[in-house]
Amino acid sequence: MSGGLDRRGFLARGLAVTSAAMFGGCDGLSQQPWVRRVLAWEETLTRVAQRALLSPKALAREYSEADLSKDFKANGSINPQDPDYRALAANDFADWRLAVGGLVGAPLSLSLADLRAMPSRTQITRHDCVEGWSCIGKWKGVPLSALLERAKMKPDARYIVFYCADTLGRSTGDKYYESIGLEDAFHPQTILAYEMNDQVLTIPHGAPLRVRIERQLGYKMAKYIMRIEAVDSLDGIHGGRGGFWEDRGYAWYAGI
Amino acid sequence: MKPLTETSLRMDKREIIYRHAGAVRLTHWINALVLLVLLMSGLQIFNAHSALYFGSKSVFDDPVMSMSAVRSPDGPKGITTLFGYRFDTTGVFGLGGDAETGYQRRGFPWAVTLPGYRSLAMGRHWHFFFAWLFLINGLIYLIWSFASGHMRRDLLPSGKELGHIGGSIAEHARFRFPKGEEAKRYNVLQKLSYLIVALILLPLMLLTGLAMSPGMDAAFPVLLDIFGGRQSARTIHFISASLIVIFVAVHIFMVLVSGLWNNLRSMITGRYVIDEAEEKS
Repeated sequence: MSGGLDRRGFLARGLAVTSAAMFGGCDGLSQQPWVRRVLAWEETLTRVAQRALLSPKALAREYSEADLSKDFKANGSINPQDPDYRALAANDFADWRLAVGGLVGAPLSLSLADLRAMPSRTQITRHDCVEGWSCIGKWKGVPLSALLERAKMKPDARYIVFYCADTLGRSTGDKYYESIGLEDAFHPQTILAYEMNDQVLTIPHGAPLRVRIERQLGYKMAKYIMRIEAVDSLDGIHGGRGGFWEDRGYAWYAGI
Repeated sequence: MKPLTETSLRMDKREIIYRHAGAVRLTHWINALVLLVLLMSGLQIFNAHSALYFGSKSVFDDPVMSMSAVRSPDGPKGITTLFGYRFDTTGVFGLGGDAETGYQRRGFPWAVTLPGYRSLAMGRHWHFFFAWLFLINGLIYLIWSFASGHMRRDLLPSGKELGHIGGSIAEHARFRFPKGEEAKRYNVLQKLSYLIVALILLPLMLLTGLAMSPGMDAAFPVLLDIFGGRQSARTIHFISASLIVIFVAVHIFMVLVSGLWNNLRSMITGRYVIDEAEEKS
């Protein structure tokens, strides 16, 4: 009998805690560091599960010309006002150089003409925004793997970091940046795109160069890329979480 | 004497049965909590782009359904569209707040989202963490249900039961519920609705959810073919969630009208009181 009472008491307490959590307490819970830490386990679980299910060479679906979006949405920065970027844009990016450095044996500094002279890949793929919408576009660019091989990436490199020209965090003055692991960096569909829908990449979509990472969400696909760095750790780079949105609470692995 | 005898007889005939196995009770309550979190965090995610489409991509000026805020001569309005029809839903969907406290553009009210303020990042963490719990809990339930015979014994309706479904609907419509021997089993409407939820709607939530993942789409492109594209999958995810909400509303209503404490007790302790059939008392 006392067991029954204890159980009833336990159930009542459980119900009280649960309902407090559900109605009113949840906003508080969302702010609790330990809740955030526990909830963030989902990212690790999802990353490990998807890496296990997803063979390194499995391609994202490619679509046909008929599927192209007529209204491909440009999101995030769509017209950077950073003075350095304005100066480059004013000159049609003739003075723009892509720097490839970090843990590489042969650092590179490449113009758009240099990139266009390299082998290219063209793909029609679906762009999935973290907000929920999708658009289909045609992209042409240099496979990132070709660039990393040319720069003689060192074996101790674990991440590729993209540094961008645009300041998106107006209040903090933070420039956009992103990072990916080597599985995605060497994926055949991971390209540095300089053309979209058979046209030179426009400013809203990231001119002169943006990365396509087709098995992840849109925020991974940095625009206005200035510099690429191979690193062995993301510590000490901006907020240390591997990206502009990651520093603001979003998952680093954006496969879902 | 006679009334007394009848009363004592009734007391004697009051039977307590063990209705729900521990596995059913445990997975039921975990599922209830998990689905509530998934629903509320799902509405938070929906609010990041409060429109639905069919096909692979979003054609922004041709949504199946949308909630948005628009300007009008009488001030801002919340507009919900459904297959091209427009409804003024100011204060409910599309636009919240008022001129004094300030208007908010949003799909669903923040009172029903998790967190209760705009935070797509936290909404996603809640959603995917509880999606993992949902998957594990659901697998435990399904494996146990099939292995123990619960699915076949308690949930699969017989041909005879299906034949009498019209009668069962009529009885339910009059709020007359089975008593005596019949109350020891799920009735045919319960069996069908539980089967539809457990074997169709809940698995559909998982599959349409996975079909929205660019990673899973690359691993299993068939996900896109099954549902007719990522945006269709997102729309089906929403419709399926809506059907589950309707199921839960009806489920709770039926629990209330067919004996709240008896039903609740049976789902907590397993014990369920069977009243003698009326005709025989």
